[in-house]
Amino acid sequence: MGKLLDKIEIPQDRYEVRLSGSGGQGMILAAVILGEAIGGGDGRNVVQSQSYGPEARGGASKSDVVISSNEIYYPKAMKLDMLLAMTQESMDKYYEDLKEGGTLIIDSTLVTHVPTENYYGLPFTRLAREEAGHVMVANVIALAAIGAITGVVSREALTESVLSRAPRGTEEKNRKAVEIGWREGLKLKK
Amino acid sequence: MAEHKRKLMQGNIACVQGAIYAGMRFFAGYPITPSTEVAEGSARELPKIGGRFIQMEDEIASIAAVIAASVTGKKSMTATSGPGFSLMLENIGYAYITETPCVIVNVQRGGPSTGLPTKVSQSDTMQARWGTHGDYTAIAVAPSSVGDTITETIRAFNLAERFRTPVTILLDEVIGHMREMVTLPEPGQYPILDRVKPTVPPDKFEPFAMTANLVSPMPAYGEGYRYNVTGLTHDTMGFATNRADEIWPKLDKLKNKIEHYTDEIAKLRVEMMDDAEIAYISYGTVARTSLQAASIARTAGVKVGSIQLYTIWPFPDKQLLELCARCKKVIVGELNMGQIVHEVKRVLPRDIEVHTVQRYDGEILTPLQLLKKLEEVM
Repeated sequence: MGKLLDKIEIPQDRYEVRLSGSGGQGMILAAVILGEAIGGGDGRNVVQSQSYGPEARGGASKSDVVISSNEIYYPKAMKLDMLLAMTQESMDKYYEDLKEGGTLIIDSTLVTHVPTENYYGLPFTRLAREEAGHVMVANVIALAAIGAITGVVSREALTESVLSRAPRGTEEKNRKAVEIGWREGLKLKK
Repeated sequence: MAEHKRKLMQGNIACVQGAIYAGMRFFAGYPITPSTEVAEGSARELPKIGGRFIQMEDEIASIAAVIAASVTGKKSMTATSGPGFSLMLENIGYAYITETPCVIVNVQRGGPSTGLPTKVSQSDTMQARWGTHGDYTAIAVAPSSVGDTITETIRAFNLAERFRTPVTILLDEVIGHMREMVTLPEPGQYPILDRVKPTVPPDKFEPFAMTANLVSPMPAYGEGYRYNVTGLTHDTMGFATNRADEIWPKLDKLKNKIEHYTDEIAKLRVEMMDDAEIAYISYGTVARTSLQAASIARTAGVKVGSIQLYTIWPFPDKQLLELCARCKKVIVGELNMGQIVHEVKRVLPRDIEVHTVQRYDGEILTPLQLLKKLEEVM
């Protein structure tokens, strides 16, 4: 028998997303919102997992969402279909996990060096601060842009999922964040 | 019903849901990553159904409260991680010898000591079997998904009640914190077992009586049956003894009441094994990596399958032996320096090669790691 690793086929029935940034940017919450929006919508299977340090703020933070119509065996990403990088550190750390032709989306406010021409850059943090009224909703703006660019989740399902997780009194800011992200994402898609 | 809709749920919360379904009405604990959500979920849910949640001053007090609550008749649980499990062990021994049903959830993280609070590990597998001192037999189960966590928690309570013994649920950081789509079980979907109560009048009551199945009926404190509960080795009336003819039967009872039923307690998931010449053997999170690796290797025509142990203790010797009868090689994957692999080596005949893949840097084994090992041993 020859080399096994040359003969195997990597399963094509999975769509793998990684949301990455630093602790406090809401990457894990964003992944939960995305998972709920997808899993609650059309009955696909979803696994959301995470990796973080003991710090409450700072430190690298990532969360994977694996989506499939079949049973999901390995719960984390094997080769990413989509990577969101909200910091330069996460960009540098996880770019190599993106599959060839995978979708790279970055926060151009904080990520300045991108090792490819083939990516979508939007200033999520700046949009959150200047247009949505709070830096905290940068993660929701990013989610909406992901939805608009990749089609992995519908706008309706995402809005519902965001609002069900939004603390009382922040609904309007969050609704606006989805609007901004979706709008900016569609612009880039053209 | 809306509440039984499919939803995205975290493993630790699934554990709470399974426990409540099984009849948990008391939880005492001390928060520790990565188990804290089990305590949080219990604190939220128990008051709604007339149960009680107490945050204790530490893990030693937590397991003490759990044992005491169980003696009063309430199905009780605590949740912790390695450092807390170490602290609980003395009192867990007290639960073994007093034959008090309870469930201990250990959401494993890297160790020893404070170790890796937010990182996954399976390094408490042996601790769940041999952690407290003395002779006894332990039951431990290991789920590998959020859905499993519901059903294995229900099973853990049922085993605890049926055999009057502590049962450990070996979760790990990945399963405890991951979220998956699950549907909560409907009432009646799974059988719920309750401890057998005495039917004799209180003055004829023998609290640790030798019965046919070695499990003594257990009254709740306050129901009129008085008896002594002690950590000293005791006679069938519950009083301390130094007599050999009472010590032997008591210790044999702790062992045999469980080991005579190993076949019933054993639970394994067997996939792609019909024609398999090589088997991945694993449990918990790693079982998912094994399934992934086996299904990928099958695309290249390799006859490899996956055996997943849901029941870790008592170790399913007979089942493993039968399943591996046609195998030439097995690969045991673990997130530790090698624990269950020694059980596998003990059980399997010498002509089956036992290979291992170990990882203990706080990350889970990847399919690629298991496939590389497969390539190496083929």
